[in-house]
Amino acid sequence: MLELAGVSKSFGGLAVIRDLDLHVDDREILSVIGPNGAGKTTLFNLVTGVVAPDAGAIRLDGQDLAGRPAHEIAQAGISRTFQSIRLFLNMTVLENVMAATYAHTGARMWQSVLRTPAARREEAAVRAQAAEHLAFFGTRLQGYRWDQPAYSLSYANRRRLEIARAMATRPRVLLLDEPAAGMNPAETHEITELIARLRDEVGHTIAVIEHDMHVVEGISDRVVALDHGVKIAEGSFDEVAADTRVVEAYLGLRTAERK
Amino acid sequence: MTKIGTDEWVAQVGERTEAYRGLTAPVRRTWDGIPLGWRFAAAMLLVALLPVATDSSYVVRVGVNAFLFGLLALGLNVVVGYAGLLDLGYIAFYGFGAYTYALLSSDQIGVHLPAELTLIVVVALTAGLGYVLGLPSRRLLGDYLAIVTLFFGQVFVQLAIHLDRLSLPWADGPVNVTGGPNGIVGIDPIRLVGVTFSSVTDYFYLLLVAFVALAVGLHRLTASRTGRAWRALREDPLAAEQMGLPVNRLKLLAFAVGGAVAGFAGAVFAAVQVGVFPQNFETLLLIMIYAAVILGGAGSLPGVAIGAAVIAVFPEVLRTPDYARLIFYGVVLGGLVALLRPWSRLAAVLAGTVVLGFVVRFATAAAWPDAAAVAPGGLVARALGAWVATPPNATTVGNVAFVLLVPAVLAVTRLRGPARTWALPTVLYLAAFVWETRLVAEPSVTRQLVLGAILVVMMTARPQGLLGTPRVEML
Ligand SMILES: Nc1ncnc2c1ncn2[C@@H]1O[C@H](COP(=O)(O)OP(=O)(O)O)[C@@H](O)[C@H]1O
Ligand SMILES: [Mg+2]
Repeated sequence: MLELAGVSKSFGGLAVIRDLDLHVDDREILSVIGPNGAGKTTLFNLVTGVVAPDAGAIRLDGQDLAGRPAHEIAQAGISRTFQSIRLFLNMTVLENVMAATYAHTGARMWQSVLRTPAARREEAAVRAQAAEHLAFFGTRLQGYRWDQPAYSLSYANRRRLEIARAMATRPRVLLLDEPAAGMNPAETHEITELIARLRDEVGHTIAVIEHDMHVVEGISDRVVALDHGVKIAEGSFDEVAADTRVVEAYLGLRTAERK
Repeated sequence: MTKIGTDEWVAQVGERTEAYRGLTAPVRRTWDGIPLGWRFAAAMLLVALLPVATDSSYVVRVGVNAFLFGLLALGLNVVVGYAGLLDLGYIAFYGFGAYTYALLSSDQIGVHLPAELTLIVVVALTAGLGYVLGLPSRRLLGDYLAIVTLFFGQVFVQLAIHLDRLSLPWADGPVNVTGGPNGIVGIDPIRLVGVTFSSVTDYFYLLLVAFVALAVGLHRLTASRTGRAWRALREDPLAAEQMGLPVNRLKLLAFAVGGAVAGFAGAVFAAVQVGVFPQNFETLLLIMIYAAVILGGAGSLPGVAIGAAVIAVFPEVLRTPDYARLIFYGVVLGGLVALLRPWSRLAAVLAGTVVLGFVVRFATAAAWPDAAAVAPGGLVARALGAWVATPPNATTVGNVAFVLLVPAVLAVTRLRGPARTWALPTVLYLAAFVWETRLVAEPSVTRQLVLGAILVVMMTARPQGLLGTPRVEML
């Protein structure tokens, strides 16, 4: 479904992604692992158009995305969450999700001002959709929280809201950047189940960057390991975890840190 | 603020806002219970009675001015408050609208289009200009955008001044487009579907209707697809774009809407004033509009409207010394109350200032025996006359005092602790002295000083503006 071929990116001489081939298949959960600075977030930034690749092709269902404006890539069906959460802080929880429906709604300005029947119908539909996305998280983002500003949410709820917002864009591929980072074990467990449900119940195709190996083990259909922008291993969790280069990349980092 | 992020705390928000305490609680709860629409309608009905209640055309003219400010502030609020784009060229749209209306409705180029058509042309052209001037915002943000747009604003004024001798290759002599420094005069009144707007009162009601329409329209827009998109863009442009929002198009749209509103206001302004001149569109006006938006609270429609009313009305109030005094001493007092803690310290400073005043007045009574009274006025003036020393050669002494006041104020801001408490009465008295000897008599200077002071006090006491909500930028 999503396919990268020979993608490279460097920042001022520092090669962050090197000649990377990658694919995410329909209804698959792909985990991307690798030490800090391996280029995982940059990989997501390339796919979503935050940065343009220096070389290579990025295709969604055969349609080339490389170099297109970020909002068009999003409209083509790629959505994401951010490693450092980026919500619309001063908007309400519900508005955060509703805002993400912009691309597939059509109320013109004058229709909203005149509150034409079409505009009102669409507004009600958008609200219902947003409510539905939020309901996916059980009682976490329900009730009074709808009308609270996003900044008032707890850390874990902010991560959940970011996922809900990403869902509202109707993505074909959902990119989750360290969704369990900073969460306690119970919340991490919940996120693990949630990602599985995103695929099983909603039918999303998912690529997830994750550091917690229990999460990776629990959710992955396939795992790709990056180090210094190079794919060093690919396969099932057990294969990748046993790969000597992966072990070295992680161990090497640890020994380097110790020095 | 400290508890942000705690869901339990958030859960209690209802209880906390319910629990207004004190005597005013029932009043406040009732007020909160009235829907916003009703409050707005009531306020506008009251305002609509203004021309009936007074037979002074001056007061109605101030009202017209306030409505023009209101339109401008609401338009600017779209660009700055919603989309979060710092546009310092905003006044150019106002001027462009005014000049366009003037050109199409006067003998300047001999064109007299029907007003219905002219207004549509003006709105369309200024919206288009908004698109064009908004183009830099696709790449530039914050300070950079501010500088570029400020440049546009200045270019407009320069064009208005110098386009009276435009050489065109096909024309024989220089063509006079804008009338240069003399502007364009003899502009037709607005005439809509057979009704001619001739008196100031007519325009008052025209603007009232336009203002209500704009406020209602923007209120609906805020909670719509487009309004949400603008606010998302203001909150986090990168995240907005990643959620599929066409960020650049939305920015241009905000510029166009803001521009169209300002253009319409400019057209009405041209018709009311029957003339347009370059100095009508200078940076001071821009500052006033920004002051209105900031004072009222960027992003809040009622706030911005109230801000505009305050900014439009208060320079007029300053013309009367007694009212000017009320504002001046009110602002000083308000500033002290907001800044000085604990209460005992506040009381000490105030008492110190009052006592110091009488001492100085008494001591100088010998040197300045037949001192001229403070600027004329009612009860307040007489009370002040007994307190503020009044030298016979007020201008000279006042000027010296003014020069002393500036370093004194700076010094006080540097001092800490008890030293400040001790220094404050002297500085406050000096300020009152300067005010009474010099400023009260010169409203044009005072106006700007007081405006600055009000904004400074607001910044410290309520940075989000009167009705704005405090914004959280980052967690
Ligand atoms: N926009 C950028 N400009 C310059 N350097 C960048 C940029 N984005 C990422 N980098 C660099 O690329 C490297 C990989 O970063 P990143 O993709 O965030 O790693 P990861 O997510 O795997 O921890 C880091 O060395 C980082 O400093
Ligand atoms: Mg990262």
